[in-house]
Amino acid sequence: MNILTPILSLPLLLTALLASPASAADSANDGDRALLLGTTTSVENSGLLGPLLDAFHDDTGIEVRAVVRGSGAILQLGRSGDFDVVLVHHPNAEKAFIADGHGAARHLVMTSKFMIIGPAKDPANVRTAPDVAGALARIAGGPFAFISRGDQSGTNAAERSLWAIAGLSPWADRTRWYRETGSGMGATLNMASALSAYTFTESGSWNSFSNRGDLEILFAEGPRLANPYSIIPINPERHDHVAAGAATRLVDWLTGPAGQSFIAGFQIDGTPPFISVR
Amino acid sequence: METFVTAFSEAGALLVSFDRDFLSIVGLSLRVSLSAVALACLIGFPLGAFVALARFPGRGFVILLLNTFMGLPPVVVGLIVFLVLSRAGPLGVLGLLFTPAAMIIAQTILVTPIVAALTRQIVADLWVEYGEHLRSLDAGPVTTLTTLIMDARYSLTTVVLAGFGRAIAEVGAVMIVGGNIDHATRVMTTAIALETSQGNLSTALGLGIVLLLLALTVNAAVQIINTSAGKRAALA
Repeated sequence: MNILTPILSLPLLLTALLASPASAADSANDGDRALLLGTTTSVENSGLLGPLLDAFHDDTGIEVRAVVRGSGAILQLGRSGDFDVVLVHHPNAEKAFIADGHGAARHLVMTSKFMIIGPAKDPANVRTAPDVAGALARIAGGPFAFISRGDQSGTNAAERSLWAIAGLSPWADRTRWYRETGSGMGATLNMASALSAYTFTESGSWNSFSNRGDLEILFAEGPRLANPYSIIPINPERHDHVAAGAATRLVDWLTGPAGQSFIAGFQIDGTPPFISVR
Repeated sequence: METFVTAFSEAGALLVSFDRDFLSIVGLSLRVSLSAVALACLIGFPLGAFVALARFPGRGFVILLLNTFMGLPPVVVGLIVFLVLSRAGPLGVLGLLFTPAAMIIAQTILVTPIVAALTRQIVADLWVEYGEHLRSLDAGPVTTLTTLIMDARYSLTTVVLAGFGRAIAEVGAVMIVGGNIDHATRVMTTAIALETSQGNLSTALGLGIVLLLLALTVNAAVQIINTSAGKRAALA
């Protein structure tokens, strides 16, 4: 038996671990499983998501598990039926999602503010631009380094539509000053911070971001910078496994007085990153 | 530089805090990776030994495949497992996506080729050494296999550790199939990715230090078991 010890003890120990009840048996198919929510990085990075879902759990007893990706990716997963409900900020893609029958309706939950951030010295003079399209044109006119998400997220879609209003499409021009990270808001902000470059973000992600370096908010006002978040339950007629009842309760709670007052009262360092809609 | 200094104090604070969230993340990391390594050994040891000893057509190609798959990119494995387990995929009805089970499956696929390919090499080398002797004793296939694996047990421990290193360190596969869900599928590596994305670089690095300490502990435990077993075997 002595010789066997090293070779057998490890796998046996491991198999015992594997057999622990909480392990492979976590199938999502049992009766009162947790509600699966797909949502976007800004909602999580702001720190709102955890406490908001805890408050919902306290009120209703429903546990929510959240998976976080860009809005484009979340809607794609929603089409496959991998979520029960999605909370995203990509109005055009949301409308297409509804039109294709993947969700019955979208419900406005809150808004945040898109913003241009960049080096405090502001070499492109974005601060004094008349509007957001003019601000982007000044960055392109330099040109000064600009970091874009480039990942089909809601923020990326909003950024591109603003470039289009300015009559520009730098992502198509193979320019050196416009760089697409192809990754999340956090990775993009880290890169902008390391390079002292301009970038486009929104208040939820920015207010809670720590590694700012010399970056500051340079342009954040105007009607075009509103960032609406909507919740869409996945259509149970398309995917009969979705927890439609619990999803409806989450929608009602978020758009009702309890959820709305929670969002309105949520602050980071004294600033509310999200504005409730009621 | 300041980040590095803060990182060490963050790591220390995490370790002494016994914070429940933190411990559950560490626990899940160990559970997922150790389970994957155990499954990979159950498949990889016999598979590697079989390929080393058996002679069949296409054997060279199987060896080439095993060696190549040691370099499977975690993000590709994650994507494939994701597509299979997605509700739109062939095994979607199981509802395994975004659960620890999905993470164990993905890591098992990553680790199995490492275990099988290294086992094959070790057993093949031993066969060169002892094959003649075993044949002269007229040993059957079971005796042959048992004898060779017994003889290779210390080398095979290193194989297990190589597989564990691969599993505990990867982020690409568990991020895609697990979804980094708080209190459900968040492990050390995905937590580090999340903290980095929030710009909390010293916390992220602190978690990285803890992860290294974790790997160190597992390796030290195996080394101690090995050394003491070796001493006992020598005395026997």
